[in-house]
Amino acid sequence: MKNYTIVGKSEKKIDSLSLATGESKFVDDFELKNLLHCKIVYSPYAFAKILDIDDSEARAMTGVIDVLHFKNTKHILHTTAGQGFPEPSPYDTVMFDHIMRFAGDRAAMIVAESPVIAARAAKKIFVDYQVLQPLLDPEIAMEPDAPRLHDSNRYAAIPVKYEPERNLAAEVEIGFGDISQGESEADFMIDHTYHAHYGSHCAIEPHSVKTYFDEMGRLVIVTATQVPFHVRRIVSKVCQFPLSKIRVIKPRVGGGFGGKQEVFLEQLAATVTIKHKQPCRIVLTRPEVFQSSRTRHPVRTRLRMGVKNTGEITFLEMDSLLNSGAYGTHALTVLSNCGAKVLPLFNKIKNLHFLGRSVYTNLPVGGAYRGYGATQGYLAVNQHIDIICRRLHLDLPQFIKDNHIKVGETSEVFKALGEGTEGVTQYIHSCGLDECIDYCLHEIDWYNKRDKKIRKGDRVRGVGLSVAMQGSGIPMIDMASASMKMNEDGSFNLDMGATDIGTGSDTILAQIAAEELSTNLDKMIVCSSDTDRTPFDVGAYASSTTYITGRAVKKCAAKIKEQIIQVAREILSSSANELIVQNSAVIDEKQNKSVTFSEICTYAIYTRNQFQIAASASEFVEESPPPFFASTAEVEIDTKTGDIKVLKYVSAVDCGQAINPQLAEGQIEGAVANGIAYALTEQYIFSDKGNLINKNFKTYKIPVAADMPEMKTKVIESHEKTGPFGAKSVGEIGINGPTPAIANAIYDAIGVRIFDAPFTSDKIYRALKSALKL
Amino acid sequence: MKAVLKINGTEVPVKFDFDEHLLQTLRNHGFTEVKNGCEEGECGACLVLLNGKPVNSCQVFTATAIGDEITTVKGIGTLHQPHIIQECFVEAGAVQCGFCTPGMVLATYALLQDNPDPSDDEIKRALSGNLCRCTGYVKIIDAVKRSARKMKIT
Repeated sequence: MKNYTIVGKSEKKIDSLSLATGESKFVDDFELKNLLHCKIVYSPYAFAKILDIDDSEARAMTGVIDVLHFKNTKHILHTTAGQGFPEPSPYDTVMFDHIMRFAGDRAAMIVAESPVIAARAAKKIFVDYQVLQPLLDPEIAMEPDAPRLHDSNRYAAIPVKYEPERNLAAEVEIGFGDISQGESEADFMIDHTYHAHYGSHCAIEPHSVKTYFDEMGRLVIVTATQVPFHVRRIVSKVCQFPLSKIRVIKPRVGGGFGGKQEVFLEQLAATVTIKHKQPCRIVLTRPEVFQSSRTRHPVRTRLRMGVKNTGEITFLEMDSLLNSGAYGTHALTVLSNCGAKVLPLFNKIKNLHFLGRSVYTNLPVGGAYRGYGATQGYLAVNQHIDIICRRLHLDLPQFIKDNHIKVGETSEVFKALGEGTEGVTQYIHSCGLDECIDYCLHEIDWYNKRDKKIRKGDRVRGVGLSVAMQGSGIPMIDMASASMKMNEDGSFNLDMGATDIGTGSDTILAQIAAEELSTNLDKMIVCSSDTDRTPFDVGAYASSTTYITGRAVKKCAAKIKEQIIQVAREILSSSANELIVQNSAVIDEKQNKSVTFSEICTYAIYTRNQFQIAASASEFVEESPPPFFASTAEVEIDTKTGDIKVLKYVSAVDCGQAINPQLAEGQIEGAVANGIAYALTEQYIFSDKGNLINKNFKTYKIPVAADMPEMKTKVIESHEKTGPFGAKSVGEIGINGPTPAIANAIYDAIGVRIFDAPFTSDKIYRALKSALKL
Repeated sequence: MKAVLKINGTEVPVKFDFDEHLLQTLRNHGFTEVKNGCEEGECGACLVLLNGKPVNSCQVFTATAIGDEITTVKGIGTLHQPHIIQECFVEAGAVQCGFCTPGMVLATYALLQDNPDPSDDEIKRALSGNLCRCTGYVKIIDAVKRSARKMKIT
């Protein structure tokens, strides 16, 4: 491990005191005068055609300014996915349509002088719906007589398979080797189907946006987003408003987890401000967030593996069916990642086939969600290898250690499957997975508990293990940049498009800059992100910020350092080849002289050969080094009632060099907490007509402090030579662990496997009952 | 309606609708440190102290709070003069997005006023009206323990 001064230290998160004292501003905390408030009117039907909208009564109300709907807004096809250009998600959305494709699709939007008036007016909109037979089952979406959701004028912006006439939002297929060869070599086959379910991000700050014209007539969008630059581009397109006249400001954001990558409100608020020349506010209520924002895509995964009695896997066949819901946001890329982030982990398999299909249904819309397909894929694969090891009486941890990808190795999957299209060949430079596994086994006391079914009355205990990898950004696609300038007290402005949504990226990126410059963290003045002030960054997604923006920041700081040395050389009349930068100063050891950063910048600004010490740098990456993760769960199940408790959850991550260990741990702890609840309690419950029933925190149960098991989290450091100071990503990976680890622990306890997540007590009860009958 | 509310020790004249909740009134008058996460009394982001007791301000009619001592997170400490609890949240790494933090800090304050030496279970119970999606609560619970230790010393 290298010896760093700032990197690797748990420095205080730079915005945390401001947040803890309530000073920091989130979108809805910005005060704007003459603000217009919006209330969206949603379709109560999963599938319906709007024959007519009567907005006259609403318009007649005092304080109602406008009502937007399909009759009076632009119909520009786009995707709300908030991805780079051209987006890999199909262009299948317009701001307001006359076809309602899920219960929660927007029919109209009231614009009024107050939220109260807007809410009242929303009840005075009369929509004449022709209710259609909805498509609620993804399994039948592609059948010839299935209802068809989208017209054939919908299209994909990149050359990929997209067939709206068959409800096919995306398809990917890769393979190598020979499956029939694998079948003939196998002593037995394991064939199971696993279901990952809907989930909501539940960022505590709801989706919020405010728009206004500034004093120069430019449209300012203050928004809770993960992708400010994509917001600017998409709003410009959808509102047909010049990009140069749009400024997007990202203030503090109250959590995102993928949900705020979606650009689906900004264009509405912008439309209002452009039309009425008045500031506009849209803040969703909690039920609106659940119903009409984005979700985790449910995925049905069928896995078939051939196995020799020695434990060698002779082939793997994975068939993933992703329910994209009403629109195809992230339908291709989440689908791809079900394979791309999962299959390379077990790289010894010579015969492999992956077929993924994303289909439209009249259900809520999927989108980016922490884990992004890997969560759904690992749910299946981790259970499958547990089943194989049990059948062969093999030691599961050793089986994983024997089969997982190692340093210096590659997988054909990397090249075959990227984010929707072909991927990029890459070799593993760092992998601490074995140490992660060992830590988790030790902390859970694996060998004294596995297969022991420890009983206390009706309650029985079991343990389970899961492993995962993720990526660090999207190789050959993602770009990030930073710009810096120096001030005469030796401080630096660090401007980045990178989007801190609560992750602490502002802090860790400032640590990287401070380390490179051998100065202190408090010398960094961070600005992120403002499309007018900060250079381009794709935004906070795909676990990219630490790795890609981190590299851009390091490169930028190195350029600044060169300039500092050049000025120091002039000040010190140094002829020495090597000047040393240390403790915010430059030292000429030969002459035994030094000059401070403050003196250097003051000289550069005021004294001779004046110039601004400043630089900018971009990074575009060719690799996406995976972090690795292991976790173990201990559960206790009441065999009479099916009641399940997670007693302890142990996690270990190899994220390369942790730039800030405390923040890295926090990422894992938060992801694991979300994952445990996804495994046990979080789910979308629909009526038989496709209406979401549980759309508040009372009925969609996310954990509170008292629900949490004992948690142990360890950052196992490795050194990723391509990463900034050896770092890889850490933001998403933790969420891939709990669902399969808990599923495996349930089996360990009661000998019953539940293939449909979540593992609620009633499902466990029913599974126990039917197992007893058998 | 018009009234004078006592907020963070200061008398503040306010205007509000008769059926308005305290959360809205506070936010409308610049107390935006009180956050709105659900408006259903479930998330605790809007927690304030009413005569020292924690309440979800989205569930309290403004009209019923007239005459009460209302304390927001800025009432216990500010950026320039933070309370020990706020400092401990920072040190423990308990602040990620920070949207739940004002409510968490006030729930902690109320707990430690009643019970300066809470057990883990007591901490978990006291915070169970406050949702956090970022942290998994591990570092928040640590922050409460640190606060308890430090407040005993001072």
